[in-house]
Formats: sequence, structure tokens, C-alpha cells
Amino acid sequence: MTDLTSLGVKAIRDGVRGGDFTAREVAESFNAAVAAAADLNAFIVTTPDHALAAADAADKARADGKELAAMAGVPIGMKDLFATKGVQTTAASHILEGFTPQYESTVSQNLWDAGAGMLGKLNLDQFAMGSSNETSFFGNVSSPWQKAGSNAAMSPGGSSGGSSSAVAARIAPAATGTDTGGSIRQPAAFTGICGIKPTYGRCSRWGVVAFASSLDQAGPMARSVEDCAIMLGTMAGFDAKDTTSLKMDVPDWEAALNADLKGNKVGIPKEYTMEGTDQAILDSWEQGKAWLKDAGAEIVDISLPHTKYALPAYYIIAPAEASSNLARYDGVRYGLRDLPEGAGLQDMYAETRAAGFGDEVKRRILIGTYVLSAGFYDAYYTQAQKIRTLVAQDFEKAWAQCDVILAPTTPTASFPLGSLNDDPLTMYLNDVFAVPASLAGLPAMSVPATINADGLPLGLQLVGKPFDEQTVLNAGLAIQQRSEFDHAPEKWW
Amino acid sequence: MSVDKQTVAKIASLARIKMGDEQLETMVPELNNILEWVEQLGEVNVDGVEPMSAVIPNDLRLRDDVIDADPKTAGGRRDDVLANAPAAEHGFFGVPKVIE
Repeated sequence: MTDLTSLGVKAIRDGVRGGDFTAREVAESFNAAVAAAADLNAFIVTTPDHALAAADAADKARADGKELAAMAGVPIGMKDLFATKGVQTTAASHILEGFTPQYESTVSQNLWDAGAGMLGKLNLDQFAMGSSNETSFFGNVSSPWQKAGSNAAMSPGGSSGGSSSAVAARIAPAATGTDTGGSIRQPAAFTGICGIKPTYGRCSRWGVVAFASSLDQAGPMARSVEDCAIMLGTMAGFDAKDTTSLKMDVPDWEAALNADLKGNKVGIPKEYTMEGTDQAILDSWEQGKAWLKDAGAEIVDISLPHTKYALPAYYIIAPAEASSNLARYDGVRYGLRDLPEGAGLQDMYAETRAAGFGDEVKRRILIGTYVLSAGFYDAYYTQAQKIRTLVAQDFEKAWAQCDVILAPTTPTASFPLGSLNDDPLTMYLNDVFAVPASLAGLPAMSVPATINADGLPLGLQLVGKPFDEQTVLNAGLAIQQRSEFDHAPEKWW
Repeated sequence: MSVDKQTVAKIASLARIKMGDEQLETMVPELNNILEWVEQLGEVNVDGVEPMSAVIPNDLRLRDDVIDADPKTAGGRRDDVLANAPAAEHGFFGVPKVIE
């Protein structure tokens, strides 16, 4: 029998439906793979019983002759940013250690309603702030990938680093991610998997630990474009409990997948060439153009003139929103409380937050507090929000010339853990190509392209018009069919 | 614009994060590097540009004017609300004494 852990979402769904294997066999295989992969540190807690219960429900539904739901029998990893009822939800922070939600997030509930089960809660950068998965209170996540001839631990990217590591290592067929400024796409690129951030508002933010509310968006991470289309279809949908939720029907993205791009124009933004971008990345971009041309698309040069300002604007807007969102952690209602003997309420707040937040989180709260403070608000925050408008207008103008944009996902391949820790700014530059689409709320996806001379994966990014996930997925599929990327990391864990 | 140790101490106090001298010293150059880098936003001409308020056009909705429209966000869940409180007493959140 095939090793069930080599299968993705679609193969598992179809195999369970067809009776090739049982959902329980699938869940047991993945539970065992998760238990044997502690060296990756991809999970904060594992929930084998949750996966088994969902599997048994799928098997019973099939035995009863019922139609199986969209993800019936598929066990997934859940980023530990989604509130899961009765299962610790930490955002990889000390301040939320032990927090056990009394309710389920909308996105995770949608997945359970579609028959999926949970293998466990996946590690991430603390409060989703980071690009290397080195800011978690629960330790770094290692990528399953290593440079050829080296056993140095590599970064799985961030913030959805537990998700990318688990999916690339075949210990989960798919995982949820969240993307504020590249947190789905950059880790997907680093680990040779697919990940899509839909249009802002497609997936409900209700029950997702908030980082920057105007940017946060959930999405799937999996090893194929088809798997992402299936999973996104179950995650998305209108939710009255999120005021920014889109009241729109969720298209059947899987059914409409079509890699024939005849009649489509693919924009190549000239500003997405940044000093310090690896030659191998630029080469893969050229290859990507050739693939899409081969799929029938017309390649057109476009300009997004405010690209270079997107990242600095993001590093004002996101920390500003974070400083406000994270004000809720006060040691009163949930999470950690640090109350020294004889201390008053104000001291309790300050001590609790000092003990409960990691360095990167504190740094961003301070930046956010500063740019929102009296006297600096207009110079920093208002200016950044105006530049955000300009970045969005750049894209609007581009849509007059093209249907989808092709660009690199990241300027470099993955790097060894610990190698970029000295300077927060260098770390931020990882997201230079990912952030513009976030600021504009656009659907964007990373798909694997190739591996570089070190044997590390490289990704290509597709950015689409608002609500047009379909063209993004279609172009992703066209690349997937031509790259024939089937590289897998060599097992060392 | 740049910040000095005193300013960082003020921001940390506004953000209710206790920071010792050593931490403040470390934070000053880190924050200044970031602030210096975002200064480049000043070179962009933003005359007549509206600051973005909603990234995807969307009308703010009002929920139906009925009690407990959605059970998940409805009332009557005191124990759930208090379940994760570090100090829940008599059905309330417990905090240190705030008035003499």
C-alpha cells in the first residue's frame, strides 16, 4: 500500500470516498508521523484524538452511504493563532500560555464542518510577528530542508513556519496559515509548498488572534494548487461576526481550475528587482514567464512605482494596529498575570506584559505606540496610510494592462536559523515582495518553482485582482504543471 | 526623527511594558534604525491623497436588532467568559485594589 503520508488533500479525499483506504488509516499514519517529528518543533500541542474522531466520523458517514463533505477524512495542522475550543491557543506567546478558548474560530469550525480533523496546533512566530519562526516562546521551528552537504538548521520562514515545516515534511497534508505581510507566502516559498492568501475579507477573522486587523487574512498551505483550492473553498465564507467579512458567494475554485491561460495577460512589475535579490531567484522568474507564456498567456511589462515604499509603510501600519490589538493582554481577563507582592493595577499591567511578550513583540508595540502618539501621528501613521492608498492605486492602474502579476515571492532562499538575528531590519526585508499585495488586500499565492544550487526550494508569487482568486490559482496551476516540482526534503528528523 | 532613552522609557510606560535600563539601552538603536528607515516615506508626494481607511470596499453592517442574534456572541455565558481569568472571584474579574 502507498505510504498515506505522501498523499495530499485531494488524494486523501478521493481515496476515502472511493474506499481505497479508510480515514482512520490516514489519521493514524499522520498521527504517527507527527509523533516521530518532534525534532522539527512544528507543533506546540498535538491532538491525535481530534484527528481520529473526525476520521471515524468520515468512515461512518461513508459506511452509512452518506455523501462525504469537502474535506472528509483529511487531517490538517492548525496554526496556533486560531482559537480552538478546549485546546490551548497561544499565538506562540508566554502571555497566552495555557489559554483554553471556550469557543471555536469561524475558519477552524468551517474546516471541521467540512469533515477535516486536527493533528495539532502549529508553532509560529510569536503573535505572527516574524519571518523566520525564531520568535516563538516555544522554540524555533526547523525547516525539513537543509543545504546540500550541511546539517545546519534552516528557517521554515514565518510567521506560518510550523505550517510550512509540517506540510513540507509530509507530517500534515495541509495546514492553515495566516498572512499579514507575507506570512503564508514566504514560508511556502522557503519550503517548496503552495500557499494562498485570499482577498481581504474572504476568510473570517473571528477567533483568530489579532495582529494587524486591516491586513490579517487566513489561507491554506498545501503541496499542490488543487489542494489549496479545495481547502480555501472550505475556509472562506461570509461571517456576520467579522465586520470586514465579504458578503459574497464562495466560488467553486476547484471545479473551475483551468491551466489554459489563453486570453490572459500576465504583468511583470519592473520594480520587483531589488538589490540583494539572488540571481537564482531572478532566473526562476524568467523561467516562470516562459512557463506562463507556454500556457497561452501574454506577458506584459507593468510598473508599480510605489513598491519600494510599501515595506516601510507596512512597518508603521502593522505595528500601529498591533500596539492597539495587543493592549488587551493585561493580566485581567485571560492569560498570564504577574502580580508582585504589594503591586497595584498599573504595576500588574506593566509586569505582566514585560514577562509575557517576547522581544520582537515588544519592539513592534513600542514602534506602534510611538507612531500613534500625539505629535507624531500625522508624520508617521497618516503618511503611511496615504502611501498605502498609492500602493493600492498602483495595482488598480496595473489591472488595466494585465489580469494577474508574476513576481518572486522572496529575494532569497531560506537561511540558517540564527543568521539574521542581529538586525531586525534585515529580517523585515524578507517580505519586501510580499507586503505590497497585503497592503492592497489582494489575493496572492506562492507556488514552488525550482531548487537552487544549495538544494533549497524557490517560490514564485502570483498576485490577482480583488476577488479573483481563480486566475491566481489557474496561473499557479499552469506553473505547477510545467515546473513539475516534486522535490522533497531528505528525512533527517 | 530619532528617539533617546528617555523617550523610549516614555513609550514603554504608555504601552504598559516594564523595561529596565539595559533593555532601554538595547531598544534605542534598534528603534532608531527602524525609524530612520521609514523616514524615506517623507520623500513621497502625497498631495491630495486620502489616507486608506478600508482596503476592500465594504459597507459596515448592522446586525439584526434582536437579543442574542448569534448564540456564539450572545449573553448568558459568564462562566465561559471567566474561564481563563487568572483570578475570577464571585463571578467577576479579580484585580488588585485600585482605590484606597
